[in-house]
Amino acid sequence: MTTETTPIRGMGHSVKRKEDPRFLRGKGRYVDDIKLPGMLYMDIVRSPYAHANITRIDASKALALPGVLAVITGKDLDEAGLAWMPTLMGDKQMVLPVDRVVYQAQEVAAVIATERYIAADAITLIEVEYEPLPPVMDPFKALEADSPLVRPDREQKTNHIWHWEAGDAAQTDAIFQQAEVVVKQDLYIPRIHVSSIETCGCVASFDSVEGKLTVYMTTQAPHAIRTVFSLVTGIAEHKIRIVSPDIGGGFGGKVPVYPGYVIASVASLKTGHPVKWIEDRSENLQADSFARDYHISAELAATKDGAMQALRVKTLADHGAFDAAANPSKFPAGLFSVITGSYTLKAAHVEVDGVYTNKPSGGVAYRCSFRVTEAVHTIERMVDTLAQQLGLDPADVRMKNFIQPEAFPYTSPTGWEYDSGNYPAALRKAMEKIDYAGLRQEQAEKRARGELMGIGISTFTEIVGAGPSHTFDILGIKMFDSCEIRVHPTGSVIARIGVQSQGQGHETTFAQIVAEELGLPVENITVEHGDTDTAPYGLGTYASRSTPTAGAATAVAARKIREKARKIAAHLLEANVDDLEWQDYKFQVKGSPGRSVGMKEIAFAAYTNFPSDVEAGLEAVDYYDPPNLTFPFGAYICVVDIDRGTGQVKIRRFVAVDDCGNIINPMIVDGQIHGGLTMGMAPALMEAITYDENGNMQQGTFMEYLLPTAMETPVWETDKTITPSPHHPFGAKGVGESATVGAPPAIANAVVDALSHLGVTHIDIPITPWKVYAILEAHGVAEL
Amino acid sequence: MIPDNFSYLAPASLPEVWDALHEHPDDAKILAGGQSLIPLMKFRLANPAYLIDLRHVPDMDTLAERDGALVLGAMVREAALERSPLIQQRYPGIHDASAVVADPLVRNWATVGGNLAHADPANDHPAMMLALGARVVAQSPRGRRELSIDDFLVDTMETALQPDEVLVEIHVPQPAARSGSAYLKLERKVGDYAIAAVGVQLAFDGEVISHAGIGLTNVGPKAIRAQQAEAFLVGKQPSDETVREAARLAAQAADPTADLRGPVEYKRAIVRTLTARALRLAAQRATALA
Ligand SMILES: Cc1cc2nc3c(=O)[nH]c(=O)nc-3n(C[C@H](O)[C@H](O)[C@H](O)COP(=O)(O)OP(=O)(O)OC[C@H]3O[C@@H](n4cnc5c(N)ncnc54)[C@H](O)[C@@H]3O)c2cc1C
Repeated sequence: MTTETTPIRGMGHSVKRKEDPRFLRGKGRYVDDIKLPGMLYMDIVRSPYAHANITRIDASKALALPGVLAVITGKDLDEAGLAWMPTLMGDKQMVLPVDRVVYQAQEVAAVIATERYIAADAITLIEVEYEPLPPVMDPFKALEADSPLVRPDREQKTNHIWHWEAGDAAQTDAIFQQAEVVVKQDLYIPRIHVSSIETCGCVASFDSVEGKLTVYMTTQAPHAIRTVFSLVTGIAEHKIRIVSPDIGGGFGGKVPVYPGYVIASVASLKTGHPVKWIEDRSENLQADSFARDYHISAELAATKDGAMQALRVKTLADHGAFDAAANPSKFPAGLFSVITGSYTLKAAHVEVDGVYTNKPSGGVAYRCSFRVTEAVHTIERMVDTLAQQLGLDPADVRMKNFIQPEAFPYTSPTGWEYDSGNYPAALRKAMEKIDYAGLRQEQAEKRARGELMGIGISTFTEIVGAGPSHTFDILGIKMFDSCEIRVHPTGSVIARIGVQSQGQGHETTFAQIVAEELGLPVENITVEHGDTDTAPYGLGTYASRSTPTAGAATAVAARKIREKARKIAAHLLEANVDDLEWQDYKFQVKGSPGRSVGMKEIAFAAYTNFPSDVEAGLEAVDYYDPPNLTFPFGAYICVVDIDRGTGQVKIRRFVAVDDCGNIINPMIVDGQIHGGLTMGMAPALMEAITYDENGNMQQGTFMEYLLPTAMETPVWETDKTITPSPHHPFGAKGVGESATVGAPPAIANAVVDALSHLGVTHIDIPITPWKVYAILEAHGVAEL
Repeated sequence: MIPDNFSYLAPASLPEVWDALHEHPDDAKILAGGQSLIPLMKFRLANPAYLIDLRHVPDMDTLAERDGALVLGAMVREAALERSPLIQQRYPGIHDASAVVADPLVRNWATVGGNLAHADPANDHPAMMLALGARVVAQSPRGRRELSIDDFLVDTMETALQPDEVLVEIHVPQPAARSGSAYLKLERKVGDYAIAAVGVQLAFDGEVISHAGIGLTNVGPKAIRAQQAEAFLVGKQPSDETVREAARLAAQAADPTADLRGPVEYKRAIVRTLTARALRLAAQRATALA
């Protein structure tokens, strides 16, 4: 029980996460924990080939296995018009193939059985005959005239999907022609996988009496999925319920609709039983959507003294066999055009060409608001390349080119309006914290002794919180988000939100927002999400958008409640509404601090003693359409030591100064930064998905796909500056992805810095020990 | 990740194990810690119809010095090696190796016998056992035989064990008065198999190396004894120059293939680096012990 003196603990409190007791005790309820009466199990036959015709599927042996109830193939789905489904990017995607597979591990057929084990045995009994076709693995070769077609189903007989550009080409070219200095660098940002610890899965349950389909699903965006499901299947939207229970990590990988969800739903319709489908680890790694995979060619024009002038970028985006990314409709290359970063430039021109290859679909916004990681890596590497070429300190070059605090709101050359920032302050803070000058001196001394140490900086700007309805939609649905708050008579609250937590701590932070706005203790506030039958419509959690959108909606809805409460308070205090002020979480009569009433009493009165001109109850809904995106930023400095006998890179120190505006819960922000930094280190040093020339994916287990563990993770040193967002109701910006976006270039820059005196100007990530060792050997500095 | 159907047998004695092997000559597998076998089964790369668990067979987990040798029962778990003061003090190379096998979870199950019997060139114990000149004891209804680790390790995942034989013990000669061992491994991340690893044992006569053992992990079809390097070291002081030359010779003995753990040249270079470092560490340990 809470009492009158129970603290509110609203904004700025490190409230322990409400969700943790259940997670830490193993009481989380994930999709695989859901067991319904009569439930059947699904397993999937997958293609061993990256590209092949299917000439025959014989399921008779599988169907003869006791316990097998059905086998579903592309032909079956085709009859129902469900062999293909639309993607969020206006492309279409196979649910099950009718006659061709286009990537390795693609779904080919599904078995429905009474037991999970029987389903696993049955898939080995299905005979599929393939006629292998030459796979298209290299996106550059994919564009050559004689390349085989990945998608002959399309009208356009090319592997080219789309061309997209931003900025001013003519102005940019003109600056390059006059430029005193031009640096150029090709960068490859490799294909990586989100590898959430919970794989994807669902339990689809069709109630033939009600005619209602309920799908418990690992999705970051339940409402959008419901709409897509309704459009795909023709089932009325009120007859579809999507429930996202606890989710064991999403990171963008659980935004897309995977074939398994659709097949399981069809299977439930067909059998009349609930059907469970849970991927195993290898299926998840091999077949679910991927992130990154950008081949970038960047040029930066500058003056001799290091003033940046223009940026020109050409990019090939490997999207795999289907353009199934989950970007806002108008942004096939996401927000990649934020590539001018934290710097003033006169002009920029960015081009991206999307290409089909025989790989699973790419373009997942892996803990990165739509291609911002690729953008940040490029600009942060280019700044260092420029500094190196001019013999300048990379910190000085950054300071010289930063957008200055007084220049906000700042319109970038590609058209983004940055809301607020103070980049010099963040970098100065990071430099002081890590003793930058001292490190440079240490580095010089070490170099003289032949030891290799590097210092890398990344001063990134993020672009999150999609987004304003004038620009951002997914399949036409505007990217607002929502909150519905109900205050109960005794002063406790339920808040339902349109976004979906996958570890971000919404049950805690959103309760804190309500607590702050209504002056009720955080303990008394329940936050619910994820059930489309009860939660208000929203677009879901990804792209660091929850706080900028639904968080704002929560504050606004609470303020609507407060306005109504003001009238009830006036009634209770027998005062004029205009004479009341909201002070110390209470309404009090101006000038008479003794005469006040808190929200708990007001709530009771809202049901028992309300004025005659006011409706009973105390609730409100808000659908918040943000006026702009938010632009969190940070300054990261990384120190590495390199082992000259092995090429191993060891991160000795890493200071991360983040600015995400006003903070709801500092502990949760810190947690987001810690996790994000580790996820940023991973692709910088370890993770990458590669294919051999036959289209075999080479990292199909965690033995080969190298997720960092605590042992590889250095001690992260975090700090912050606070520059509120001027347009957000409580001045917050998103933060969930800053560190994933900002960390990789800090690490890459540090490694290049350690080797720069040898003439090294760039190393593509992941910076493996053998890449580094080859450089050491080539320059004769390897040592036993 | 779900294995094919199999039956699980839990014999309580070696004769019962032999009976089971005799009854199912083609489709039974011995199960020790299961940390290599079970993953293979889950991927359906191995589909034995019978698993014969050694867990209930008595006297398989000896860990003691006896008659001039360290006797390790085949079922001694990695975690037991890691925690044993005897191993830590007298056989630091084995201690080093057991501490870098996989992760603590795996080490609670994995056995030293399984590690050798599996004969995966990526396993860590074979190379260390080569360096230490270990002997293994196999037992069958036909009797008991002892063979050198060199003869035991035949090829990739192939040992000299006959179908009716069980590996029961490993015997490691007790260290000479002034000797030291070490095992150094480079891995892509913790819990990974080695990019390359090197096990070394040095014994000294005064300042001079009287015996050298060097084994290499994951740089060939099986664990490799770096014979030339061993021979080169004998009779010399472990000077910087000598160590470098031995390291070069060890790298020459490596026969790696390129894979996701790196290209051939890199792996060879790592053998060189790790050999040099392991030799220095072993020499240092020998001095400390003396
Ligand atoms: C994630 C992971 C990481 C790993 N990393 C490493 C590593 O870095 N280094 C390393 O060395 N190992 C590693 N391993 C393997 C682990 O150490 C294995 O457990 C070990 O190689 C085999 O031992 P086991 O007791 O588990 O044998 P099992 O898996 O039970 O058996 C392996 C094989 O040996 C046979 N066998 C076992 N015992 C006997 C016996 N007494 N007589 C005859 N035949 C027998 C079995 O029939 C089977 O064919 C890793 C394993 C995992 C799961």
